[in-house]
Amino acid sequence: MRRWETDPILAVDHLTMRFGGLIAVNDVSFSVGRGDVTALIGPNGAGKTTAFNCITGFYKPTLGRLALSHDAPASPEEVQALTANGQAHAATTGGALYLLERLPDHKVASRARVARTFQNIRLFSGMTVLENLMVAQHTRLTRSGLLSPSALINLPSWRRQEKEGLDRALHWLEKVDLVSRADDPAGDLPYGDQRRLEIARAMCADPVLLCLDEPAAGLNPRESAALNALLLSIRADYGTSVLLIEHDMSVVMEISDHVIVLEYGCKISDGTPAEVRSDPAVIAAYLGVDEEAVEAVEAEVGL
Amino acid sequence: MAKALTGDGSAPARPAPLAVALKDAVVSGVITWLLLLPLVGFRATESGSGPLTLTTRFGLVTVFAVVVAVLRLVMHLTVWRPGREKRVAATPSALAGLGARISPLAKPAFFTLALLYPLLAVVLSGGLTPSRYWIDLGIYIGSYVMLGWGLNIVVGLAGLLDLGYVAFYAVGAYAFALLSTSVPINDFMAGHLGEGFWAAWSFWVCLPVCGLLAALWGVILGFPVLRLRGDYLAIVTLAFGEIIRLVLINWTDFTNGGAGIASIPPISFFGMPFSAGDDGFAAHFGLTFDPMHRIIFLYFVILALAALTALVTLRLRRMPVGRAWEALREDEIACRSLGINTTLTKLTAFATGAMFGGFAGAFFAVRVRFVSPESFTFIESAMILAIVVLGGMGSQIGVAAAAVLMIGGMEMLRNLSFLKSDWLLGPDFDPTLYRMLIFGFAMVAVMVWRPRGLVSGRLATIFLKERKTVSGDLVKEGHG
Ligand SMILES: Nc1ncnc2c1ncn2[C@@H]1O[C@H](COP(=O)(O)OP(=O)(O)OP(=O)(O)O)[C@@H](O)[C@H]1O
Ligand SMILES: [Mg+2]
Repeated sequence: MRRWETDPILAVDHLTMRFGGLIAVNDVSFSVGRGDVTALIGPNGAGKTTAFNCITGFYKPTLGRLALSHDAPASPEEVQALTANGQAHAATTGGALYLLERLPDHKVASRARVARTFQNIRLFSGMTVLENLMVAQHTRLTRSGLLSPSALINLPSWRRQEKEGLDRALHWLEKVDLVSRADDPAGDLPYGDQRRLEIARAMCADPVLLCLDEPAAGLNPRESAALNALLLSIRADYGTSVLLIEHDMSVVMEISDHVIVLEYGCKISDGTPAEVRSDPAVIAAYLGVDEEAVEAVEAEVGL
Repeated sequence: MAKALTGDGSAPARPAPLAVALKDAVVSGVITWLLLLPLVGFRATESGSGPLTLTTRFGLVTVFAVVVAVLRLVMHLTVWRPGREKRVAATPSALAGLGARISPLAKPAFFTLALLYPLLAVVLSGGLTPSRYWIDLGIYIGSYVMLGWGLNIVVGLAGLLDLGYVAFYAVGAYAFALLSTSVPINDFMAGHLGEGFWAAWSFWVCLPVCGLLAALWGVILGFPVLRLRGDYLAIVTLAFGEIIRLVLINWTDFTNGGAGIASIPPISFFGMPFSAGDDGFAAHFGLTFDPMHRIIFLYFVILALAALTALVTLRLRRMPVGRAWEALREDEIACRSLGINTTLTKLTAFATGAMFGGFAGAFFAVRVRFVSPESFTFIESAMILAIVVLGGMGSQIGVAAAAVLMIGGMEMLRNLSFLKSDWLLGPDFDPTLYRMLIFGFAMVAVMVWRPRGLVSGRLATIFLKERKTVSGDLVKEGHG
């Protein structure tokens, strides 16, 4: 089934990002299915990270619409109405609709609930693992205000809230198997643990869409397998949709429901892993070989 | 030098470390003596209107030579000792271990000492009146501890380099000065709450107002400025500090210009004036009147204000907003990806820091009872920032220690009169002129020894099994 066609959580339309003369993302349209693991692949410099930065609000796209719907898909009329009236979000029949290109980055995270990790890990290295996970729950914990009096004088209501936050952090520590390192500075963790912690931190922000920029980069095969299991569990147990950039084909083919391929800023293929895998254009572009050599390379990379 | 010579004579022929060290010490001592003989040893002074006369200062030359010899000897026997294995890893951990052992004691000890300080001052100096100097010094240090703690929120926690902190100090001081000397407010209060009410209560009423006004100014400044980062932020805050001072000088109608505002009412013991009269503090508590009562009370007021600053900061650090400040210092982009509104978070840090600056300003005005723009120059900002950096950014106990060291040390350097003795630098030497120089050297030395400040570790704000200290190498300084 092609959920990204029937129930998209994110619809990217004509996304274009220009840096001066360079067109990093060129009129790319795709959908991310609700509850799917969607992989965005492509050779180096294809514009994957740039597309991520547009989706998460770090770049304002030159052109294009990024429509994210909570709970249920928005009808085309609803998307059209919101686009026309100039606002950033609206309630729809089934849930809510957000136009991400109109939201500042922190609101993409706090209101539209899109969380992300970074290609080069960005942990709060001077804070402990547990503190990292507490910071991630900022939006939830500051619902009663940044300087809420109940927190200032440590009322029981606040302590209950904080306890919930701590429990959530602990839950994620268990999921990524870092309970024993909870009180250590995040900067002291080995690389693989830092990657997992960054994912746990993003999940603590309670996202509907989790964007992972090369989560398997630099992991050994065992860590990579554990990561696959973690991502599948995120999809199965929390219903969070996952959008990931990945170079590691074993991760891509094993866990994704939907693959989008970019090259030089343009989309060259879009479909199920099986479809994309057999698309000669993709193999030619992504593996950098001619179509005649495809079979040999496939055998080599174990596809 | 004589001692060094005999030591050299009795040294064994085989090149033992001690012998090498002694030989080096003697040689360098002799070289120093010979070098300095023409430079320092002879001096031509004008005798009245007559000819130049030559004076000799061999004693001073010898002192220098001995200092050099002894220092080289010490260095050879310790740091430069041959075959000394460098304990790169062992040294910090031993230090950290020591730190971990004394740190639980440091805070209560510090606080107890602060509480008992006036008593100690009175007992040790032999009476209320002679203790005045020491208690004044305590108040002075206390003000800087409070200012350091206030700025620590902005610089140490949120990582925003603020070179204009004195502006908020000035806002607090002027707000109190203007409100407490305002005739309309006085008349209004006299009409409703009785004659003398405003003079007696103005400080206690104005204190929160001054803090809020300073916080408001923090927001007004912060709003346009906080989109800047790093050096740009530093320069703009610096400019803001200067602008406030220039406005205070030039807006003569409002602030009385460079002449300042005088006759600010003194502090009262919650409405009870410190006066010799029947309704005064002394009469009320059955004491004999002494002007020192007010000074000692001021000491406890600044102690309470500083403690308030410390407690609020401690509490804020454990709240989401405090964690967001520190996260901001660590990585602003990651913060935004987690839904933290960085502008708002920076503003709260700025405003909170400014509020404590405002409290300290009001206290300054009520203590000195006179404010003028002179008191709020850039050097004040630099001093407070130096305290924060020296103490270790983010560390409360470190900042307090740095304030004691800097303000107290600077004051102690006034008492260098022993250098005036004949065989040293002579009676014309004015040691107070050199105190900034000595102080600068001391600061450089401390920063070489502990580049991350006196207390460089960061204590975690929440823990599962044990509260660990994050080593200073991992903690970032922030850049925006
Ligand atoms: N902020 C920027 N300013 C200018 N050019 C940029 C910027 N960010 C990215 N680019 C350019 O856009 C193109 C796409 O970069 P991007 O980082 O999106 O590639 P990528 O697909 O993530 O590659 P990789 O697999 O190496 O991470 C590159 O040519 C890059 O140099
Ligand atoms: Mg990339």
